[in-house]
Amino acid sequence: MNARLQRWRLVLGALMSHWRRRPLQLAMLLAGLMLATTLWSGVQAVNAEARASYAIAADRLGTGALPRIEPAGGARLTTADFVALRRAGWMVSPLVEGRLRAGAARVSVLGIDPVTRIGLAPGGPAGPGTEGDLGAFITPPGLGYAAPDTAATLAGADLGGLRIVIDEDAPANTLIVDVGIAQALLGMGDRLTALAASAGQPDGVPPLERVVPGLIRTDPQGGAADPAALTDSFHLNLTAFALLSFIVGLFITQSAVGLAFEQRRGVLRTLRALGATRGEALGLMAAELAVAALVAGAAGIVLGWAMAAALMPGVAATLSGLYGADVAGSLQFRPGWVLSGIGMALAGTALAGARGLAQTARMPLLAAGMAAPWAQATRRGLRLQAAGAVALVLALPLCLAWGGLVGGFAALACGLLAAALLLPVVLDAVLRLASRGARGVLTGWFVADTRQQLGGLSLALMALMLALAANIGVGTMVGSFRGTFTGWLDQRLSAELYVTARSEDEGRRIREWLGPRSDAILPIWNAEATLEGQPGRIYGVADDPTYRENWPLLAGAPGLWDSLAAGRAVLVNEQLSRRASLRIGDRIDLPGGAMPIAGVYSDYGNPSPQVMMGLDEFSRRFPDAPRLYQAVRVAPDRAGSLAAELADAFDLPAGAIVDQAQARRVSLQIFDRTFAVTAALNVLTLAVAGVALLTGLLTLASIRLPQLAPVWAAGIPRARLARLDLLRTLLLAAATGAYAVPVGLGLAWMLLAVVNVEAFGWRLPMQVSVPLLARLALAALLTALAAGALPALRLARITPGRLLRVFADER
Amino acid sequence: MNAVPDLRDVVASARGLEKTYRTPGGDVPVLRGVDLTIRRGESVAITGESGSGKSTLLHLVGGLDAADAGALNVLGVDLGTATDRERAALRRGGIGMIFQQFNLIPSLDVRANLAFQARLADRHDPGHAAALAEGLGLGALLDRYPEQLSGGQQQRVAIGRALAGNPPLVLADEPTGNLDEATGDAVADLMLALVRRQGSALVLVTHSPRLAALCDRQVHLRAGRLA
Repeated sequence: MNARLQRWRLVLGALMSHWRRRPLQLAMLLAGLMLATTLWSGVQAVNAEARASYAIAADRLGTGALPRIEPAGGARLTTADFVALRRAGWMVSPLVEGRLRAGAARVSVLGIDPVTRIGLAPGGPAGPGTEGDLGAFITPPGLGYAAPDTAATLAGADLGGLRIVIDEDAPANTLIVDVGIAQALLGMGDRLTALAASAGQPDGVPPLERVVPGLIRTDPQGGAADPAALTDSFHLNLTAFALLSFIVGLFITQSAVGLAFEQRRGVLRTLRALGATRGEALGLMAAELAVAALVAGAAGIVLGWAMAAALMPGVAATLSGLYGADVAGSLQFRPGWVLSGIGMALAGTALAGARGLAQTARMPLLAAGMAAPWAQATRRGLRLQAAGAVALVLALPLCLAWGGLVGGFAALACGLLAAALLLPVVLDAVLRLASRGARGVLTGWFVADTRQQLGGLSLALMALMLALAANIGVGTMVGSFRGTFTGWLDQRLSAELYVTARSEDEGRRIREWLGPRSDAILPIWNAEATLEGQPGRIYGVADDPTYRENWPLLAGAPGLWDSLAAGRAVLVNEQLSRRASLRIGDRIDLPGGAMPIAGVYSDYGNPSPQVMMGLDEFSRRFPDAPRLYQAVRVAPDRAGSLAAELADAFDLPAGAIVDQAQARRVSLQIFDRTFAVTAALNVLTLAVAGVALLTGLLTLASIRLPQLAPVWAAGIPRARLARLDLLRTLLLAAATGAYAVPVGLGLAWMLLAVVNVEAFGWRLPMQVSVPLLARLALAALLTALAAGALPALRLARITPGRLLRVFADER
Repeated sequence: MNAVPDLRDVVASARGLEKTYRTPGGDVPVLRGVDLTIRRGESVAITGESGSGKSTLLHLVGGLDAADAGALNVLGVDLGTATDRERAALRRGGIGMIFQQFNLIPSLDVRANLAFQARLADRHDPGHAAALAEGLGLGALLDRYPEQLSGGQQQRVAIGRALAGNPPLVLADEPTGNLDEATGDAVADLMLALVRRQGSALVLVTHSPRLAALCDRQVHLRAGRLA
């Protein structure tokens, strides 16, 4: 056994001494793995943190595990209904949910009744209110439980004397108070949002409908409002991006591992000739790769943690902005993503090393240590790649037909992989054409040499193409989103001022005051309602040219504004139209009776269904809806002074009056923050592709001296050879960039027309941005320049002795 | 007809060895029934034209390749039935190999290359290795890497590596083929002297009549058969 161990140590030492002599190659191998793991585990850490936040919210709020009873079709649910149900024997507990503005931030408020809540899920967490002073919790001004970050946000906010208690287990960005305190804070009177119900009700309780008509019971996780379900698309999106980056990182690893296998063919042959078995050689090479995977994987996880910590605030902003889900902006250690990172590093290394190991296993003992067939694009290899690409293209419509988010992403993967596989085939064809037209001996050599190098560089160029296509695709999607969003904001925020009153009485007085001082006052009142089974909102709007001329309609029946004003029809937002398959002319169930749909409008950034109706019809159906909010039309140059006068006249707090420019600015800020994560991942992917290119070039540089030495000997100076090398890299990058444009635009179309519709329920018009394409073309060239500079510099400085040795070695 | 050898003295014995290479252009028979016996401590030169099967015969004896037909026994191992693991063990412990291309491990220095096979066979004797290095004139080069050595120096390291484990059989494939005449002669003389001193048997494939003449026995291959 000792002899065997000694032998393994020796063989491993001989194999690993290769890396000692080539530290740069080792660095590239580790860097590739590390970068791949960093991006993967970073995104997994972000996802794990967000999912943990949802789970905490579900556990802590009692919204996850327990069924809910909610008012159907916008009916009211009051404290009296709750009392009636309790008296009838129903095991229910009241819930009040809403959003509270605290300075620039908005915090979710959750009102619970700690006493009735405990009986619903015996053995579950007791939760706030039961762990401290119950009397202080339920008696005004009350106690409010909040996580440290939320408590900091609320510091200084006017909460009517509420005392904040730090609760490490509280859900992110949420204030938990007694139900009565929540009603007061949110101005809801005696209204409740829902009732949490025990999963098993006592025998003999009367049916819900008989006790309180107009209520519906929903099972846990079944509603569209469940943040975990709502945000699945976002997390899938991030995971897809991480997987793409992981694959790009693996290209670096594959490049380094492939070259190392080729360069060690001779050593392997010698080792086996001297008595090492095939199994030992293979096993030890696999062990060597596994050690590299573990080392680089561990480093990648540490970097991934740092990356996730940097991204987390952006992710929290995205989830809040797009989905209304509250997620902590900080990061905790979770074993799940660490194991996933190590697992991916090992799996990725196995994938990257599989070819080399298989070749080693098949390699006859007497095969000559061939000069880097790794670097040669064989005709058979190109044919196989083309065949693979065709197969993937054929699979694409099948994925689309499968449908859903997973089908959409699978179609994206097929398209991108097919395009990547075809890149070397296309470049080879272009170079073959170029070789026919090449004039002059040096040009001819340049084209032929470039073609010969294609095999060695193809993986790196594929990585660059994928990174550029992802940048173009995602950049175009975000650009389209932003462009559409900006246009939509202009239409939607067409009034000059938006004013929120503190009470209905103040609202009425404000409207009277504004009457002679403005061109028009447009009350915007709303009520919560369940729309096609999902919680949503119904708005009542005035009949005014502001809407008729500006509202962002996607489709509308003739005379829709007249129908709306007369209370004969309603408008629905795009999300509701798509999710419930509602078209113009269809009828929609609403509190107070169904109404026909006269139009569909775009409503970006809102995850919930929405309905618009005429103000008179709204007032008739929702007499108790708070009348606090109104838009004001006034000459734009008078808006500022009118806002100041209004604030003075009513002593309105900051934030009660929002002017159009401010609202637009804040909305765009939220939008940009929302997509900061995507932008960061874009840059990282491109950087990884740059490293992949550098690896490819450096490894090629080390094995292509035999091709360069004769040209140098024939009279081409080293500096010129270096310039030609750099030019070749730039030309290949430019060609790859040009190829990436249609691929990226195809990706953008898929994202906008398939993935986004599945994820958000909206379809955005695609807007191709020429500046974005120009910027990325420049980025491709700069990446190539950065990657090509070092190998070119090394070539320019190579000693004649090293070039001469090529001839000596060829004796 | 060869006399029946004393089996205790025989290190390698081949009977009716045949080997054919399959190529896209058709089958190329290389060995067509070769009988050969190598006795303990003797040196045998195999000569012949290019393509006559010299190297193939050496590779079969070294367990690097398998014969299509015939019987081959090396150091008591029947190579007709031996597994990959058994062949590896035979090469490791019983055979020292010297190649035309030197085949040193480029990432190890001279000291590590010299001791490599002996350590692989768990027969490393530092005193013997040091004496070999001195005998081969490598004493001052022990810390250098192969790329820092001349061809003659590299071949001397390869010879040292083959002999460091005191193998009963040394196989040398054109050991001076990559060296100039003067260097080749010096290396060959040194190799033969050391092999004889250790009492190992030597099978030497060479084109050089002078080198072949230094061996105890010469066999000539012509078109895959012993002439």
